[in-house]
Amino acid sequence: MRHIISILMENEAGALSRVAGLFSARGYNIESLTVAPTEDPSLSRMTLVTRGTDEIIEQITKQLNKLVDVVKLMDMTEGPHIEREMMLAKVRAEGDMREELKRVSDIFRGRIIDVTDKTYTIELTGAGDKLDAFLQALDQGLIIEVVRSGVSGIARGERALRL
Amino acid sequence: MELTGAEIFVRSLQDEGVDIIFGYPGGAVLHIYDALYRQDKIQHILTRHEQGATHAADGYARSTGRPGVVIVTSGPGATNAVTGIATAYMDSIPLVVFTGQVPTHLIGNDAFQEADNIGITRPCVKHNFLVKDVRDLAETIKKAFYVATTGRPGPVVVDIPKDITAEKTEFHYPDKVSMRSYNPVHVGHAGQIKRAIKLMLDARRPMIYTGGGVILGNAAGSLTSLAQLLDYPVTNTLMGLGAYPATDRQFVGMLGMHGTYEANMAMHHCDVLIAIGARFDDRVTGNIEKFCPNAKIVHVDIDPSSISKNVKVDVPIVGCVDNVLKAMVKLIKGSKQRPDEAAIKEWWRQIEDWRSKDCLKYDHDSELIKPQHVLESLYKVTNGDAFVTSDVGQHQMWAAQFYKFDKPRRWINSGGLGTMGFGLPAAMGVQLAYPDATVVCVTGEGSIQMCIQELSTCKQYALPLKIVNLNNGCLGMVRQWQEFFYQGRYAMSYMESLPDFVKLAESYGHVGMQIDKPGDVESALKEAMAIKDQLVFMDFITDPAENVYPMIPAGGGQNEMILI
Repeated sequence: MRHIISILMENEAGALSRVAGLFSARGYNIESLTVAPTEDPSLSRMTLVTRGTDEIIEQITKQLNKLVDVVKLMDMTEGPHIEREMMLAKVRAEGDMREELKRVSDIFRGRIIDVTDKTYTIELTGAGDKLDAFLQALDQGLIIEVVRSGVSGIARGERALRL
Repeated sequence: MELTGAEIFVRSLQDEGVDIIFGYPGGAVLHIYDALYRQDKIQHILTRHEQGATHAADGYARSTGRPGVVIVTSGPGATNAVTGIATAYMDSIPLVVFTGQVPTHLIGNDAFQEADNIGITRPCVKHNFLVKDVRDLAETIKKAFYVATTGRPGPVVVDIPKDITAEKTEFHYPDKVSMRSYNPVHVGHAGQIKRAIKLMLDARRPMIYTGGGVILGNAAGSLTSLAQLLDYPVTNTLMGLGAYPATDRQFVGMLGMHGTYEANMAMHHCDVLIAIGARFDDRVTGNIEKFCPNAKIVHVDIDPSSISKNVKVDVPIVGCVDNVLKAMVKLIKGSKQRPDEAAIKEWWRQIEDWRSKDCLKYDHDSELIKPQHVLESLYKVTNGDAFVTSDVGQHQMWAAQFYKFDKPRRWINSGGLGTMGFGLPAAMGVQLAYPDATVVCVTGEGSIQMCIQELSTCKQYALPLKIVNLNNGCLGMVRQWQEFFYQGRYAMSYMESLPDFVKLAESYGHVGMQIDKPGDVESALKEAMAIKDQLVFMDFITDPAENVYPMIPAGGGQNEMILI
């Protein structure tokens, strides 16, 4: 099962490597990892996407909680939640394709944020599968470069990860 | 008044109540050594290698329950300490290890004797700190001791750049420290404890299986009360020996790969397993698929990540083992229900039947010295009351099988990491903590050579250790596996040359003895133990073909032991 685990941790040098090191040392896989400071500058928030059986996920959360720098964590996938990822895609946009790319971008609620006579750069936000679908909808030969932010998530309603 | 970082270091340790530290000086820690030189409250023990310093601090910690403290220099000083740190980590031993670091402005420049101590030690410490500001030094030291000694204990590294030790600031050592991200659990969940007790009292074939956590948590007394209140059989892991008196009828011996037949059979056939401060290590469980097939499992541990890691349990209880055990005793005493007497009696009859196999028997009429005979004699000569450290291999298993530990913190060995070279320096730490006690290091000619240089430290500090070297001329446990599983192809398990250990001991200023006849074993041990003021190195020439029995072969279940 795929799980999104959000972690609040001390914003200290080396905190990220403790998490990354734990995953490699214990053979857990990381699908994506994002980290940035929160509104409280002493705290960082990390969002980690991983896969595993229930037993492995239980061990992952226990082992993460055991790290001294980890203040609190939440498995987003245990309840209703919103998942978002941002993608920037640079595509070759020439001739007839300029119109077509604009239409595809609109269908996916994308925004063209940079234009040259040969390229578009499209910004797209959504759950990971939406971004995958957008890439599949494009002619693969047109894709010059793709950068994805990795997943962030937040619980719906009152449920919140805070101190 | 402002103090330098080095002075703050020393004052912090003094305020923390540290009386002894183990270490080795070098460039990055010279300010600290200068500050140590100018005080007399903390004794510094100069080992001959940083690995020795960490193992010695570890032996001190295991035998006293207080944290062991180490100081080493940057670069190779720190990397040499890593084996000792990893050893302590695997066995959850509280150590605080201070590593020197190159000055802050040189970090990352590949400076002389620079290593990324934080990065290198990260996977084998409970936590580590890099001190970046002298104003944080005292509080960081306080935090290091707090983290190392609370919850599930473990080693903590504090990396101190050299410039920090020269800078000055006001000194204040905090009385206590709190960390929002670190709050160990103390008390077990009351509802879970009740569920556990119901299961325990309903058991018809109960088994109590306890590990190092009972010793670390100072819970041997509570364990004994609980076990005797219920009249249930008790087995200890290698790390847990001494938590329950080995000479008591209810003790069925160590369990696991080289545990007793009765302990492993009782594990396999039990219907309720009460696991306390133990972590279901692979050397204990054997093949996990075949482990305790009919048992409901209660697991008490301070570390939630130990629970259901290897074996799924039915009633997990997270908390200090001593608190949980005391709560259990109280509730059972207050309960009307008692264990089913007839069922427990029948269970004991079955266990006695297994016990009658006498699985630890060996040949008493051999012309060669049997290592088991040395251990039995050692037990007799020391009245079962010595501190015994060991290295790793066959001798370790024989010591665990044949020396009956009645008290906790008497058996000191590297269980988790299995570090050869541990025994001698660990024994130094024990002897320094207990100057008048009998401290024996049981070792082999392979292991002892891994930290043999510490014989020099023993001379400097007049440590009257008694070294029992079971010298079979080969790496015995490796040889045993090669005999069993590699058709006798003894790849590199025989050393082509060995030193004359008697002369070696003498050259370090100690007493050396060589014993090669079974009839001389006991008298030699008595003679050695009578020498109170000197280290005695006893080189026992033992039967090279002797193997450790019984044994669960890799992949086997606990009911599939090889008996002699």
